[in-house]
Amino acid sequence: MPEITYREAIRHALAEELERDENVVVIGEEVAEYDGAYKVTEGLWKRFGDKRIVDTPISEAAFIGMGVGASMLGLRPVMELMFWSFATVAWDQIINNAGFVRYMSGGLINCPIVIRGPANGGTGVGATHSHTPENMLANIPGLKVVCPATAYDAKGLLKTAIRDNDPVMFLESTLLYGNLGEVPTEEYLIPLGVADVKREGTDITLIAHGGAVLTALKAAELLAAEHDISAEVVDLRSIRPLDEETILKSVRKTHRAVLIEENKPFCGVGAQISSMLMQKAFDDLDAPVLRISAIDAPAIYSPHLEAKQLPRPTDVIAKVLSIC
Amino acid sequence: MPLLMDTAVTTPNFDTAPINQSLTSEDKLRFLRDMMRIRRFEQGALQQYSQGKIGGFLHVYIGQESVAVGTVSLMGANDHVITAYRDHGHALAVGMNMNECMAELLGKATGCSKGKGGSMHFFAPDKNYWGGHGIVGGQTPLGLGLAYGIKYKGLTGAALCFMGDGATNQGAWYESLNLASLWDLPVVYIIENNQYSMGTSLDRSSAFRSCLAERAAGFAIDWDTCNGEDIYEVRAKTQIAIDRAHKQSRPTVLEIDTYRYYGHSVADAKHKVYRSEEEIERYKQNHDPIRLWKARLISEGVLAEGKYDEMDAAAKAEADESIKFAEASPWPSEASISEDVYFEVDRQTIAGRTGKHFFND
Ligand SMILES: Cc1ncc(C[n+]2csc(CCOP(=O)(O)OP(=O)(O)O)c2C)c(N)n1
Ligand SMILES: [Mg+2]
Repeated sequence: MPEITYREAIRHALAEELERDENVVVIGEEVAEYDGAYKVTEGLWKRFGDKRIVDTPISEAAFIGMGVGASMLGLRPVMELMFWSFATVAWDQIINNAGFVRYMSGGLINCPIVIRGPANGGTGVGATHSHTPENMLANIPGLKVVCPATAYDAKGLLKTAIRDNDPVMFLESTLLYGNLGEVPTEEYLIPLGVADVKREGTDITLIAHGGAVLTALKAAELLAAEHDISAEVVDLRSIRPLDEETILKSVRKTHRAVLIEENKPFCGVGAQISSMLMQKAFDDLDAPVLRISAIDAPAIYSPHLEAKQLPRPTDVIAKVLSIC
Repeated sequence: MPLLMDTAVTTPNFDTAPINQSLTSEDKLRFLRDMMRIRRFEQGALQQYSQGKIGGFLHVYIGQESVAVGTVSLMGANDHVITAYRDHGHALAVGMNMNECMAELLGKATGCSKGKGGSMHFFAPDKNYWGGHGIVGGQTPLGLGLAYGIKYKGLTGAALCFMGDGATNQGAWYESLNLASLWDLPVVYIIENNQYSMGTSLDRSSAFRSCLAERAAGFAIDWDTCNGEDIYEVRAKTQIAIDRAHKQSRPTVLEIDTYRYYGHSVADAKHKVYRSEEEIERYKQNHDPIRLWKARLISEGVLAEGKYDEMDAAAKAEADESIKFAEASPWPSEASISEDVYFEVDRQTIAGRTGKHFFND
């Protein structure tokens, strides 16, 4: 299988879906002539032209809302937010309109929109630009939320998201864009709501999504090498719908779980899953379910401290050792 | 379009505006010094960035210095300033010192925001400077709020709210314009029109008849345009807006034409693709605010040739010194990550000690 970057995987997914369905249109700031602020859409404007790849002014509320409206008529807009952090400006459109139009119309109207872009800390851009809103988005029944960690997953999940008939919030990471991964040349889709066991193990289950999956994998490697602990890593891939079965299957095998996310702790994704484990795996657990998240403060700028605010493999190892 | 000035000729009569006639030679030299200090500071910052000592984004103001220096030179005790992320120029213009600014860029504890905000988020409320805002257009309602506060307190003052040409396409600004006019609030929106929002030229981002400021007419707000390369004109037109705020408590939208020489941020690798090198060169040669002000002061007999080099050397030395200061400064402590989140917790008041505020275990 050829190795391509996470960025290229997303681009290939976009290109294939643009090719496949003339209702797919890519819209966002600097996506066309500039080739994308993070070069995800590089070359697409040249190939598909002005009608399919559209540059917008800095008017998130208007263009995200426009995408929602156009999707009601059957277009499949793939909206790029330069940063998911800028979604705050378009919150009403995302929550009330994309999220609820189907429900409020008694199922008469569908909203097959994808809103995608990077959502991560760790790049020295300060609190306003480092939001990770997957938990807030997943709090809205009506929205789907996807956080791919690898090139393979990014491509397969994005293609599915574009074909999905509900609004899908697709959260990427600028720190993952350059990562290489094996991606087959033949077409494939990954269903939403299916987690992936990224590493098998027997002693403890590490559950993560997005960039935190790589932190968990690194920790698992070190746990095996230095502590003789066999950790299984479950990558959620999609937050809502959530694959409870894969999580439960793993925890029933290992009897221990640590949840890792780069988000803030309060009502984070890990909180939802630990409550689920309490309810459905109580008798299988040999230790309390533990959570690791970012230090509970707005993202600090200082390059010296920023990395310490986010979960590191050493933090995961310390938590694991406290219950193994 | 009111842009793309082709000649170096500035409208000559703004030096006779009363606000400019009262200027002393000292004042005029101070404007020059302030512009040179901004440029030298940012040249130092660029160099630090290229050495990997500054994280994230660095949006430099070089080319636009006359706007911050000219407008801020008019501020009185109850006038306030707020701007976007391209904020170093305004910060130095209001009197923040290079040390605290450079230290902030390097993420040090001695930075103006203790290393927490970075390049886009400088603040100095003691100098009536309310930031430094990273979300495009996010500062425009805050500028309205400063004006609201000024009026509520019964003060004679104005809120100068700076924004880019691209920021004029954010909805929050239009809601703010309506309130400003409806409620007679003393806000001055200063559009620093450098013709690009990132890689998008004005004509690709914005619909308008004659200029962006004209959009204010729909809200019954007075507006004007201004050639930003000339400090006299910047001061003359800004003073009219400030007078309107002070005397009639009415808003203004002032569009100031200007130009940035560098990319949108240091990460903008394509800034010579979406605009030509020749265009950049033309601005540097014919419209550079420092160059033009220098020539003006020489022709007025205010500046002697040797004096300019002396001032430049001093500005450079100050910038070099700020780099040394920043490098020698300590990092913020790990514990400081959790400080400055809540007033009540920082002060350990009863409110701050009641209930759980933080949730890492
Ligand atoms: C809401 C929001 N959308 C997008 C961005 C990314 N962004 C930062 S600056 C910028 C361009 C702004 O251009 P302009 O307002 O003209 O100001 P200039 O950079 O020219 O000073 C963009 C798109 C952002 N910070 N906030
Ligand atoms: Mg601009």
